[in-house]
Amino acid sequence: MEKRVTFNERWLPYLLVAPQMAITLVFFFWPSAQAMWQSMLIEDAFGGNSKFVWFENFKQLFQDPNYYASVQLTIVFSALVASIGLAVSLLLAVMADRVIRGASVYKTFLVWPYAVAPAVAGVLWGFLFNPSVGIVAWLLQRVGVDFNYVMNGDQALLLVVFAAIWTQVSYNFLFFLAGLQSIPKSLIEAAAIDGAGPARRFWDIVFPLLSPTGFFLLVVNVLYAFIGTFGTVSALTAGGPGRATEILVYKVYNDGFRGQDLGGSAAQSVILMIILILLTFVQFRFIERRVHY
Amino acid sequence: MVENRPWLTFLAHFTVIVGVIIIGFPVWMTFVASTQDQATMLRAPVPLWPGSHLVENYTKVLTEGYGNRVGSVPVYVTITNSMVMALGVAIGKILISIISAFAIVYFRFPFRMAIFWAIFVTLMLPVEVRIVPTYGVVASLGMLDSYAGLVIPLIASATATFLFRQFFLSVPDELTEAARVDGASPMRFFWDILLPMSRTSIAALFVIQFIYGWNQYLWPLLITTKESFYTIVMNVSRQANVADAVPQWNLLMAMAMLAMLPPVLVVVFMQRLFVRGLVETEK
Repeated sequence: MEKRVTFNERWLPYLLVAPQMAITLVFFFWPSAQAMWQSMLIEDAFGGNSKFVWFENFKQLFQDPNYYASVQLTIVFSALVASIGLAVSLLLAVMADRVIRGASVYKTFLVWPYAVAPAVAGVLWGFLFNPSVGIVAWLLQRVGVDFNYVMNGDQALLLVVFAAIWTQVSYNFLFFLAGLQSIPKSLIEAAAIDGAGPARRFWDIVFPLLSPTGFFLLVVNVLYAFIGTFGTVSALTAGGPGRATEILVYKVYNDGFRGQDLGGSAAQSVILMIILILLTFVQFRFIERRVHY
Repeated sequence: MVENRPWLTFLAHFTVIVGVIIIGFPVWMTFVASTQDQATMLRAPVPLWPGSHLVENYTKVLTEGYGNRVGSVPVYVTITNSMVMALGVAIGKILISIISAFAIVYFRFPFRMAIFWAIFVTLMLPVEVRIVPTYGVVASLGMLDSYAGLVIPLIASATATFLFRQFFLSVPDELTEAARVDGASPMRFFWDILLPMSRTSIAALFVIQFIYGWNQYLWPLLITTKESFYTIVMNVSRQANVADAVPQWNLLMAMAMLAMLPPVLVVVFMQRLFVRGLVETEK
């Protein structure tokens, strides 16, 4: 879409885009280009000499079982975050949509977790499940489940998944609720008059009409699980125990800053960027469809 | 609705209430912990009901910080830094993206589309995926341990630019024509017509970006080494992860409450703007 009526000025538009372009070039393009360049260098431990090695870093990465483990982990993690998160928020949205009295109060009580930083959410959930004082861990122990996320990798992963979903539920809920409210009431009433019960109406009418919102949220949630959960992982488990919760984005940080493996970290950055570009592309395809819908 | 199914209405209320309770539980426990003394918080099970040390704990973290450990810094310092960062990011983003969106929509000039795409691409390059080189750039510009370093690298934003572009495109051309006929300069048109019309979009965006800025974690963690520049979100997580001792849960949780309070209040009290901002930035 373009404007028919525009202004004629020679220098003004450049002046107006200058601040944004300057910041974009210095803090986005320059570091990204450096990441690409660094991904083809190997530096010695003291950062003195670096050697250009083409794709050696990538080759090493693809031969590294730890990297494959992290890829696998990230896939499992984002599948869990997206599927459980979407299911829970859809359930809440469908129920809240049915409620007539008190709906706005419920909405207020469900949207605020969006405002909690993922890193703080990590601290909160870590406290609830803390092996020595956590109330939920204590309850679990009473019923015979030995819950210790500091030692047990699977439990740590599960806990990170819960903490990650907790901050994202409000976002999903709001979009599902908006989607539900945009479905014409006449359709549902017509089906009701034809004798379709609530479950039937949900699966045959509401669910298909909601699927564009669902697809959009799926992509957003996968993106969130890939990138947005850095703070959650960092605050809750720091990638541990062992490497049980070291998802890709955390590994970039860990290898780069803790491990001082700049080339390897940069190579991982480049791969993550490619994944992100693909995901963003998919996201925009869906948004286009949603708008035309 | 054409039908009345009391049990289903009951089920709906019940499910939502259970959801609200489960979602609120972690924060309730955090609040309870922040009102106990330290001894109570050392043995399980911890209490489920608030204790009597609320004022004491909050006064302590606000004025002294968390214990005597290294990196202990009073919350009044970290909360000020967070406020500077959140306001800086929100206002900075709005300023630079509203003028660049104005340029992209209301002018025809060489490289216009190239600039548009350059801004678009930033969507795909969040800080988290290019941590090490971005740190290098900021370090070489001498911006470590400064407010400029905390704010400026985060204020380039494709979403904000798109939001304003979208909004400007929906503004009727007749207004622009009228302004031109009356001999108004582009900046005058921007200032007197476009800006007043964008008020709601600006407010909605402000709410979203304030939360975004407040909740930054990785960036302040990387570029601040001096305690006087720590932000509260980052310091809460830092202190929780100090491995040397058992955390003082009562103080840590008081800090966590203070870290959550400002953005949660913004969402609750500006809910309409918040929802609008979420939906609009997504487009």
